[in-house]
Amino acid sequence: MRSIRYTDVAVIGGGPAGLAAALAARRAGAEHVTILERNHELGGILQQCIHNGFGLHRFKEELTGPEYAYRFIPQVEADPNIHVYLNTMVLSLTPTKEITAIHPDHGLVKLKAKAVVLAMGCRERTRGALTIPGTRPAGIYTAGTAQRFVNMEGYMPGKRVVILGSGDIGLIMARRFTLEGAKVEAVVEIMPYPAGLARNIAQCLEDFNIPLYLSSTVTMIHGKDRVEGVTVSQVDDNWCPIAGTERYIPCDTLLLSVGLIPENELSQTAGVPLDPRTGGPVVDEKRETLVSGIFACGNVLHVHDLVDYVSEEAEIAGEEAARHALRETADEAGSGRDGGQQLALKPGSNLRYVLPQRITAGAEVDLYMRVSHPMDAVTLTLSGVTLAKKRQVRPSEMLKIRLKAQHWESLFQAGKAPGQELLVAAEPSA
Amino acid sequence: MGERTQYDVVVIGGGVVGTAVLRTLSRYQLKAALLEKEAEVGWGATKANSGIVHAGFHNKPGSWMARLCVAGNRMYDQLCDELDVPFQRNGLMMVARTPEEEQILRRFYQQGLDNGVPGMELLDGDTARRLEPNLSGEITMVLRAASGGIVAPFALAHAQAENAAANGADVYTEVAVTGISCGDDGFTITSQDGGTWKAKYIVNAAGLFADDVARMCGLDVPSLIPRKGEEYILDQRVGDLVKHTIFPVPTPKSKGILVIPTVGGNIMIGPTALEMPRKDDLSTTAAGLDEILAFTQRLVPKIQRRDIIAAFAGLRAGSPTGDFIFETSHSGRAVHLLGIESPGLTASPAIAEHVAEMLAEAGLELMPKPDFNPRRPRVIRFKKLSDEEKEEVIKRDPLYAHVVCRCETVTEGEIVDAVRRGARTVDGVKFLTRAGMGRCQGGFCTPYVVRILARELGVSPLEITKRGRNTELLAAEAKAFLKGGEADA
Repeated sequence: MRSIRYTDVAVIGGGPAGLAAALAARRAGAEHVTILERNHELGGILQQCIHNGFGLHRFKEELTGPEYAYRFIPQVEADPNIHVYLNTMVLSLTPTKEITAIHPDHGLVKLKAKAVVLAMGCRERTRGALTIPGTRPAGIYTAGTAQRFVNMEGYMPGKRVVILGSGDIGLIMARRFTLEGAKVEAVVEIMPYPAGLARNIAQCLEDFNIPLYLSSTVTMIHGKDRVEGVTVSQVDDNWCPIAGTERYIPCDTLLLSVGLIPENELSQTAGVPLDPRTGGPVVDEKRETLVSGIFACGNVLHVHDLVDYVSEEAEIAGEEAARHALRETADEAGSGRDGGQQLALKPGSNLRYVLPQRITAGAEVDLYMRVSHPMDAVTLTLSGVTLAKKRQVRPSEMLKIRLKAQHWESLFQAGKAPGQELLVAAEPSA
Repeated sequence: MGERTQYDVVVIGGGVVGTAVLRTLSRYQLKAALLEKEAEVGWGATKANSGIVHAGFHNKPGSWMARLCVAGNRMYDQLCDELDVPFQRNGLMMVARTPEEEQILRRFYQQGLDNGVPGMELLDGDTARRLEPNLSGEITMVLRAASGGIVAPFALAHAQAENAAANGADVYTEVAVTGISCGDDGFTITSQDGGTWKAKYIVNAAGLFADDVARMCGLDVPSLIPRKGEEYILDQRVGDLVKHTIFPVPTPKSKGILVIPTVGGNIMIGPTALEMPRKDDLSTTAAGLDEILAFTQRLVPKIQRRDIIAAFAGLRAGSPTGDFIFETSHSGRAVHLLGIESPGLTASPAIAEHVAEMLAEAGLELMPKPDFNPRRPRVIRFKKLSDEEKEEVIKRDPLYAHVVCRCETVTEGEIVDAVRRGARTVDGVKFLTRAGMGRCQGGFCTPYVVRILARELGVSPLEITKRGRNTELLAAEAKAFLKGGEADA
């Protein structure tokens, strides 16, 4: 039987989250860091995102996806103690942080880590998840698959396109198809507001006169062999199609941009509990999951709209993973975390989710959250304590709010203590 | 195209029945061929079949359905072992909720005994729920048949064709038969694009289109009834909801809407049974889904809409008599299989033997081939291997270390193997290897599968199709739509 290899911090996934986590882990003192990447190169999904707009927050520049990735990749490659395994697929992870992976040259590899950072990213929701009625012809793709075909493989999936869902990848692909000479007939969104960022609505649809139909959905796919058209209907407040509003749009391609789902199959093999609201693991402010020594960051934890925040989050996870590994080195018996000092964070009024879901009493940290529906003039509160005021909040834009010492003082005065629950809410400002 | 190629027997239709007939014929010293109108075998009713190997209590004693179902069921262990096709005897349960339905179960139990079905028992609701804890609490009685099983119908059809071909039979795909004439030297079969095949005997296994083919032979047969069934596949996360295949008491038209474990590990719910005016409507509908959910949630309340990952529909070759119909023409030299609906999959190995007997009676000489090899080279399913076996297979072929489909852990080695076994399309690869069948439904792997297919077949990715003619996945090379090479903004 093959030998077992050892590492301090194993990072699963070499996309933006994994890259930043690995560098942060090294900076925080981890001696050996190992990145396991299934693709033949580092960078993850950024490699197919050839449009610009990445890095505005972090680098104050508009970078393309590959450019953003290359702010990290050379540093990773220059560090002899970051061991990068490409073309490596992780098959399983145990709660004791033993990884089984396969590699064309090394065969089946077992790797034992002191700490693990989950950075596997997410996948797209599909037609099946929506159960759109109709036939199953060629010409139906998720927006990300189409992006790969166009940007990486060099092929156009079709010439006349309807896009269901106004997620950011769909908006980007509306522009991409248009620039490639295809005709984008419409973007159809079931909600009364767009799912993607406002800047993408402006730069990808409005600038190209691509119509956006809100409160509408595809109710039938037509075509036996190849997509020939779709029926689009308006929907009521319960998302039910309204009879009589059907319109037929001829097209040869239907792209789906209807949401992303954190890819946590591997996390589950390690018994990592997930939050049904985010689809990712439940974590504390260190981004440590409920399985000691296993951390998570990036889109595997919750779906981000800006990669800048992914890097930021990954640095927290990488740094804390390094600390965990160092503690294990110092004390082989292992040092469990002190969960007794934690409070649970729960989403309240108009909040879809808040992260982290657990927080150490008194910790000054950034909270990430998304609202359920758009709202103007909003006060964000934590169990009654005002955290911030916003002119406008939208589900498409993740909010980042600093939890400060003064907030904790108010919370403690109100009698909040470890073991209790805190409720984050978005309420109309008085 | 087949230049007046001379065969002893030509089988028309490459579904699970046609391929079973072809494989049976390939045991003998004769020249046999199969003509299939789709790009690969198994793409008609077979592809959309529920995959249930029935026990045989559903059908009236003495009927062809009852006899061939029970006989076919017994043949499955050996068949699937020889062909290395996934098959499990997971057992099936027919459930009752009311005293009236309990009476029906008792009748089916008796009917099963009359048909020679082994391993049946009547259980009370609580006993059944100990075996299947997710069964509805309303269920009061269950008829359990241990001999019921599940199989991958498409894989079986493909394996039968592959094995028949390895034993000397010829398989032609994308051949739609449009005419059959009979002269002194036997039959001449012509296809849509002008190919011709000569045969001394014909087996019409054209499924839903068998009535059309029978009429080409001058038979006046009643029309088959296209009966659509929609099915919905649930995420593997809920793959252990039930172990048995769960049936309600049947309706006059069908066995009802079921909860069906599959050999791939997903639960499937369906099918509906709606008579259709046409033979080409494979659409799924909102009404069909609602009906299936309402019915199956009464059997297994934990079934949820949000667990659905895929949907499809198939058309059964509904029999006008309610039984399989074996017609002959030309003094028995043409055998027509009509109305092979459920339990057609289960019965197919027995149907194939029956057809061989019918041909022998009409004068076909069946001399066993001494070198017939019933076994197909084993298929490597990477995901199912032990660590040691994985290590071994990667050492032999590093392509097995490249996982192409993440959801189902399907490697490039398996995809290349499927192409070498005859897969030519993205759907063909999908149905043989499960690449693209998981929860992301090909989102990640489709571009890679296209690339591998193009490489292995030596064609451009633009020629790769989803499932044959007119289903190309890609329209053009990037920039091709831009006139005069306009710069990208």
